[in-house]
Amino acid sequence: MRLEIHGLTKRFGTFTANDAIDLVVEPGEVHCLLGENGAGKSTLMNMLYGLLEPTEGTIELDGKPVSFDGPGDALAAGVGMVHQHFMLVPVFTVAENVMLGREQTRAGGVLDRNAARAKVRELSERYGLKVDPDALVEDLPVGVQQRVEIIKALANQAEILILDEPTAVLTPQEIDELMDIMRELKAQGTSIIFITHKLREVKAVGDKISVIRRGKVVGTASPDASEAELAELMVGRSVSLVVDKDAARPGAAVLSVRDLTVIDPRGHMVVKDVSFEARAGEVLGIAGVQGNGQTEMIKSLLGLVRPDAGVIELDGRDISRHGPRQSLEDGIGYIPEDRSHDGFVGTFSVRENLVLDLYRSDEFSSGPRLRLGAIEENARARIAEFDIRTESPETPVASLSGGNQQKVVVAREFARDLKVLIASQPTRGVDVGSIEFIHRRIVESRDSGTAVIIVSTELDEIYALSDRIAVMYDGRIVAVVGPDTPREQMGLLMAGAVPDQPTTSSDGAVA
Amino acid sequence: MSAPLSPQTETVTPEPAGARSSRDLTRWLPTVRDTLVAIVLAFAVGALLIIVSDEESLEALGNIIDHPGSFLVYLGDFVRHSASAVFDGYSALVLGSVGSASSLERTLERSAPLICAGLGVALAFRAGMFNIGAQGQALVAALAAGYVGFTFDLPFLVHLCAAVAAALLAGGLWGGVVGLLKARTGAHEVITTIMLNQVARFVVLFFLAKEAFQRPGSNNLETPVVAESARFPQVFGLHLGIVLAVLAAVGVWWLLERSRLGFEMRAVGSNPEAARTAGMSVAKVYVAAMALAGMLSGLAACMTVLGLSQSVTENVMGSVGFDAITVALLGRATPLGTVLAGLLFGALSAGGVRMQTSAGIPPDLIQVVQALIVLFVAAPALVRGLTRVRRRTTTETKEAGA
Amino acid sequence: MSTLVTDPTGRPDAPAEPQVRDRADVRRQVKLVVVLALLVAVEIWFKLEITDPEVSHLLKGPRSAENQPVFFDGSYVSWGAVAITAVALLLAVLNRYPRGAGGVLLAVLVGASFYGSFLMWAYADSALPIAITNPLGGTLLVATYLVLGALAGVVCERAGVVNIAIEGQFIMAAFFASVFCSLAVASLGGLPLFWTPVVGMVGGALAGVLVAALLGFFALRYQVDQVVVGVVLVTFGYGLTSFLRGQIPGDQAARLNRPYQLENVEIPGLADIPYIGQAMFNQTLLVYLMYLAIPGVWFLLFQTRWGLRVRSVGEHPKAADTVGIDVIRVRWQALLLGGVLAGLGGSAFTLSTGAFTSQMSAGLGFIALAAVIMGRWHPIYAALAAIAFAFLRNLRDQLSILDEKVPGELISMLPYLATIIAVAGLVGRVRAPAASGQHYSKGD
Repeated sequence: MRLEIHGLTKRFGTFTANDAIDLVVEPGEVHCLLGENGAGKSTLMNMLYGLLEPTEGTIELDGKPVSFDGPGDALAAGVGMVHQHFMLVPVFTVAENVMLGREQTRAGGVLDRNAARAKVRELSERYGLKVDPDALVEDLPVGVQQRVEIIKALANQAEILILDEPTAVLTPQEIDELMDIMRELKAQGTSIIFITHKLREVKAVGDKISVIRRGKVVGTASPDASEAELAELMVGRSVSLVVDKDAARPGAAVLSVRDLTVIDPRGHMVVKDVSFEARAGEVLGIAGVQGNGQTEMIKSLLGLVRPDAGVIELDGRDISRHGPRQSLEDGIGYIPEDRSHDGFVGTFSVRENLVLDLYRSDEFSSGPRLRLGAIEENARARIAEFDIRTESPETPVASLSGGNQQKVVVAREFARDLKVLIASQPTRGVDVGSIEFIHRRIVESRDSGTAVIIVSTELDEIYALSDRIAVMYDGRIVAVVGPDTPREQMGLLMAGAVPDQPTTSSDGAVA
Repeated sequence: MSAPLSPQTETVTPEPAGARSSRDLTRWLPTVRDTLVAIVLAFAVGALLIIVSDEESLEALGNIIDHPGSFLVYLGDFVRHSASAVFDGYSALVLGSVGSASSLERTLERSAPLICAGLGVALAFRAGMFNIGAQGQALVAALAAGYVGFTFDLPFLVHLCAAVAAALLAGGLWGGVVGLLKARTGAHEVITTIMLNQVARFVVLFFLAKEAFQRPGSNNLETPVVAESARFPQVFGLHLGIVLAVLAAVGVWWLLERSRLGFEMRAVGSNPEAARTAGMSVAKVYVAAMALAGMLSGLAACMTVLGLSQSVTENVMGSVGFDAITVALLGRATPLGTVLAGLLFGALSAGGVRMQTSAGIPPDLIQVVQALIVLFVAAPALVRGLTRVRRRTTTETKEAGA
Repeated sequence: MSTLVTDPTGRPDAPAEPQVRDRADVRRQVKLVVVLALLVAVEIWFKLEITDPEVSHLLKGPRSAENQPVFFDGSYVSWGAVAITAVALLLAVLNRYPRGAGGVLLAVLVGASFYGSFLMWAYADSALPIAITNPLGGTLLVATYLVLGALAGVVCERAGVVNIAIEGQFIMAAFFASVFCSLAVASLGGLPLFWTPVVGMVGGALAGVLVAALLGFFALRYQVDQVVVGVVLVTFGYGLTSFLRGQIPGDQAARLNRPYQLENVEIPGLADIPYIGQAMFNQTLLVYLMYLAIPGVWFLLFQTRWGLRVRSVGEHPKAADTVGIDVIRVRWQALLLGGVLAGLGGSAFTLSTGAFTSQMSAGLGFIALAAVIMGRWHPIYAALAAIAFAFLRNLRDQLSILDEKVPGELISMLPYLATIIAVAGLVGRVRAPAASGQHYSKGD
């Protein structure tokens, strides 16, 4: 089936998520879609799948314009989607998940489970998707769950299959298997829209590549383009955020991490034997594509997640068993990656959020009582110092713009003496003016002798701030490099194009 | 374990910035307006119930059906009878609640425990928990207060304080265990409080059957009368309960808006993840909030046992614990709102007695009206939709209902 | 700190070979041993407490000329119970306690022995010669409302709607069943009396559906928190029924609140089974309906297309939405079906016991809710839990005529305490449908 999209636009209020997107997917083609988080890929796919209604533009299937009222319509038209967060009912069996919504029944409305099983077996044989129809989905590894999603789409006679970042959650072996499956599907005539970050995969299976940035298709390429070219397309031309800073004068190691391992609640090892040191007066950048273990590693540094193995030392003291309160008192500053999730309390006022982790100190409370005067004074001082644009200190933080929300978090963390500052995505969703400001404060903090760790998926930001860059891939630090490393090489490292050798990480720790 | 119930309501969630934003009247007007409309609507439904259960009105209605020829005559009858039934009922309600000094006093008497228990529910709400257990907490507290009150012989004030302390302790433990279970095991507070309410009922029954709790010479399950020295005194002609209730409201306000613990409670209630990241102990907040909620219910129990009824029976708390939930919801979980809602429900409860004696309408109507008020308050979209239907053109009714 | 052996292949989820026993398994065994040891100890204590072991029973049916109390020596029962429990204990200590069906069977045996041993203790040495009566009949009466209420809860929660309002459905159904039935008796002269309670059942079911519709209207349509609506609907139900009850003038009571009682219908053959036949198969229509509802709801939820969809919207509504299922519509259907079940259960209050009185459901709706949780949101287990709770309630009633060795209040508390223990995860794991209580709207 041939899919054509013309001028597809989606606006949420004044925000344009997709701006006049044109795209053609030929039958039996693997069309790769590259783009950063928030670039608008998901919006586009949700419109294709009937979850969102386009503001403007048309979708054509085999030359006939279609409009989808819901996913049911898209399914009926032959569009299937494998969501990034699987749309599987965990407590159902594979067969039940596959049959859901299009159940075959025998007399009296009784489910025909045998027919469903047979269907699963047939599809799994035809496309080489090994899966047991009677297994409970929640017991299956992620890679197999994904196969179930694909079978679900195929059982629906999907002729166009959207795979939304399917490899983000897979192990390298599972990725290879998925590649084989995609080739098989393609061979049997299914068109595939494949969303990913990873160049190796694009080169392995892609027929055509489109890149989306800020809601627009900014370029197309063929898979025989060099990895360097693709890397540049993916991370964008350096808009060069210049931060005035002197050369770092690194001091002693303040935070040292050795063999840190974290296993997530589902039993997956998400941080694997990570070792590094953060030194006073230096910015350590941690680069990497989202979901390669950065989140969990950072959380374990603050004590929000207990490490399963390894040691975290602050000034030579083992803090790996400390909870967040102790870690904060130890002198760790923390700017979380998703500020509205755990960075601030949205219903609280600016004033209250500015002391969210400081209210315990004698400055802001005496006995059981809060010192409202001091809190108010602090708020006025911080608002002036950090230029937080708010109606008043009483305004709830949820009603501020993203940049100002982030400034509240940053202002709070900078309000006390820090030994280590951990900032995760410090400028995500922040306007340009605030980005500059936040970056300048981070460098000032470095110059005053704080060990700074920046985690960012924005390469520009990493380059602008870091004195040393550690690259994370698949839960490991695969390299520690200098800030003068060429972008192309960086892109390759982030995409896992360098085979991970265990020696790299230990070298890196010493480097 | 995944939570079987959502921990916090979206639509009736307190507006935590409340006390401060009250300066900003425009922000509060819609809330006040919605609340008033909800109350009016609930009373309208109540009026409907009065009409359909009024014999004369029904008779007139029957006549309309039997004699369609005299439609207008009987319609007039019907309107007249129903209007008079509704008027009789509601005027008795008003007179019985605020019509005289004594009825006003009764209103305050009944409001006091409602306010206290309501504050307990509101406090837990602000810490992110839905405390359905005020009834159970109040019951065990009532038993404790009563026991101290009728068993010991102590000087005035000492005795009163001892009885109150016993009640607070019992209520606090009964509530605190809920917080502890939630913090330690993730057991959902809605389930545990519902179950503990029932357990409390049987705990009270168990003790009432014991000899130490039996009133001499009585065949009913009731305790001896609380000693004079443990009873609530009158303060300037006012029942002490209402004074305490207002003080408790001020205390809760201070706790929530001015204290460290309150800061933590509101943070945990609004965004537990951010609270944890900021180094707060979520477990501590859960236990503290539920223990305090239990103590407030305990205080409510004191007002009843040491004030109004002066002995303990199975039904000593009536439905105070359940009404407390509606009071807190109506009061938007703010101390001031809870006091106002408590006064309203106290007035309804006091007026309900008069409504029965002079208009023959069962006081249970009040319970229905209270339930409806809360439902309407909780569904502002519905109330706005209904009012819009009346005001605007039909094209917009569709949108309002959508 | 847990030791962690890094897998050289780097595969995160390569399972370690179980060289030693799983810690959870050991914990399970320890728990089992402790519980069984306690039971043995209590059973021995029960036996030693008895001075005169002679007791009597009337298990065949009510006392009559040909059915006189049978006297027997309770020692056999007491020691037999100790023996059975001791065997189970031994198996547990040796880690040979059977798994699967065998384990369940043994657990049932142990439970029955404990019950027997307890009964011997409770009835022996009584001042009055009171016979042990058959517990089935009383249990089934209470079980009628509890099982139907629990099934209603299961259906709703499986669809992702928390139904705290079962108690409200009970009280409303009890009232309207009484009114409908009384009206049928008074006005429909043509209808044989036997069938008038069926009119009452229809009224009860309608009342249950009405409460369910209110829950749906506020919770599904206006997205008010489901728990809030549930709690308020209980108050509403109590208030409305008491109000209407109070508005029925004395001279009208006969017309509006004197339901004709459901008559027993004997099932030929089955009713002749000794001991249990009369109690189980000479019963009212509602009881038979309850028998049928248990497998019926199971079949509906687990074998039909509709059930699959209901469970999917309760577990992962978005997944259901992405395959074209109308989440809200399915939730409405489940809610209304739950209303019918709870309404039928509630109608038993008046159609099996007599005129409506205020608050006559007396918290049983909350026991039904407890049964839903104890039964882990599964119709069969929830029904079994409901029957067990009904059994306890009946036991309390039976013991109340004896001099109180065990306070009835303690027995009454057991269902609630058991539920608290269950949700606290102290015994096994209780998992609610994942999306229960959550609103669903597209674009979430």
